Amino acid sequence: MSLARRKMVSHGMQALCGLAVLIALLPLASLLWLVISRGAAGLSLAFFTELPKPVGEPGGGVGNAIVGSLSIVGLAALMGIPLGVGAGVFLAENGEGRFAAAVRFTAEVLSGVPSIVVGIVAYGILVIPMRRFSALAGAVALAVLMIPSLARGTEELVRLVPRTLREASLALGVPEWKTALRVIVRTALPGIVTAALLAVARAFGETAPLLFTALNNQYWSQRPDQPTASLTVQIFNDAVSPYDELHARAWSAALVLLLMVGLLSLAARLFARSRTRGQR
Amino acid sequence: MNPAKIEAVRLSAWYGDSQVLREVSLSVPANSVLAIIGPSGCGKSTFVRCLNRMHELVPGARQSGQLRIDGKDLHASGVDPVDLRRRVGMVFQRPNPFPTLSIFDNVIAGLKLNGIGGNHAAIAEKSLQRAALWDEVKDRLHASALSLSGGQQQRLCIARALAIEPEVLLMDEPASALDPIATAKVEELISELKSSLTVIIVTHNMQQAARTSDRTAFFYMGELIEHGETEQIFTNPREPRTEDYVTGKFG
Repeated sequence: MSLARRKMVSHGMQALCGLAVLIALLPLASLLWLVISRGAAGLSLAFFTELPKPVGEPGGGVGNAIVGSLSIVGLAALMGIPLGVGAGVFLAENGEGRFAAAVRFTAEVLSGVPSIVVGIVAYGILVIPMRRFSALAGAVALAVLMIPSLARGTEELVRLVPRTLREASLALGVPEWKTALRVIVRTALPGIVTAALLAVARAFGETAPLLFTALNNQYWSQRPDQPTASLTVQIFNDAVSPYDELHARAWSAALVLLLMVGLLSLAARLFARSRTRGQR
Repeated sequence: MNPAKIEAVRLSAWYGDSQVLREVSLSVPANSVLAIIGPSGCGKSTFVRCLNRMHELVPGARQSGQLRIDGKDLHASGVDPVDLRRRVGMVFQRPNPFPTLSIFDNVIAGLKLNGIGGNHAAIAEKSLQRAALWDEVKDRLHASALSLSGGQQQRLCIARALAIEPEVLLMDEPASALDPIATAKVEELISELKSSLTVIIVTHNMQQAARTSDRTAFFYMGELIEHGETEQIFTNPREPRTEDYVTGKFG
């Protein structure tokens, strides 16, 4: 093949790759454009601070749903992050035995369970015995969804810590459990924080596990054992309603959700970058 | 000669089914430097890793025979390997400072992680001075340990090992990843350290063994072929295999 021909093929292939990237970005761009164009109009300070108004009344917002989402996901993070990270450290440190294999297998199966199934299970084991929908039940469902991926992610990150660091610590007469926690996990910590933030961001966007656990609520809810509004369920309810006003509110709420999840992901990436700079 | 600090009696060690040490008997006088030489895979590293009981941490590893420090069996019941490792420090082939810690925190890591109190700043300064690193880092003690060069990192690791005041220092090819100038500094250091502790250094470098040690042991295929005064080993070895090795005929 002549040089000119090879160059031509190369340019052709580059153009095809560029085209593929554009096509892949198209859904993302159109999604962003649609949500911004339809949702931006409804945004105001009141949208973030006020309760939803009934159909026909102007104004109002989704303040309770924002706070509700934050508190449900916050509760879920309180339960899910320690368990997920703890399981991951255990798998990395004692990864050979039969029990570890069982834990790893369970995590793999669990991460493949559809989120709505997790919601039904939380309904069965919490909502029915407590006789009410609650933020707590929603948080448990979200925590269960967070644990497997966080455990596997943590395991990978802890395994990346060089063996020489473990030896350095043990050779100083540091017991194994302290070496695991204060040297190995400490070294892997920036990665673990990033993984945890991403898990939280993912939980933030879940709707199905909340539908019949946290349910929804049109008021400020203060107690974790009460039905609690969340952005995702609010969007779902508004979107399936027959009213144009509620559809508009759903678009605006979707934009808020997108912004919050985006900010969390961005925070995770920035944190990861700031902690790895200057290190090998 | 000083009384024996370390004694090995018919020490054998295995990784799974492969035997890497065969009935090694050896004693090291207190406040001396022993160099262990021999071709790769001869069991040098395994021998020193038995001395701080790091060998037993490898899955499938086992050993037989006796090891004594100050006449006390390392494997007697009641000897905690964690306590032992505070008395028997170790420096590894590749510098392994803790990457998340500053220079200062690396030096006192052994104290902090073990909850040992005292004047950490003074101990850090003294340890860095003993490791001949103080003058180079005194103005940036709180910079990351990774900002140091490889040779400086290795001396930092030596300072870290010295900070917990070990009685024995094991050095597993401590200069093999260093340039000649850094190597010279580490070697100089070894000669100074023996006034306060007993040093065992594993090395592939014959000149290094000759320069730094009082006694030399030659290992081959897991066996201790010969050991004695360094000068004798290098100038007048009893075993032909030792002579072949130190004169560079094999290995």
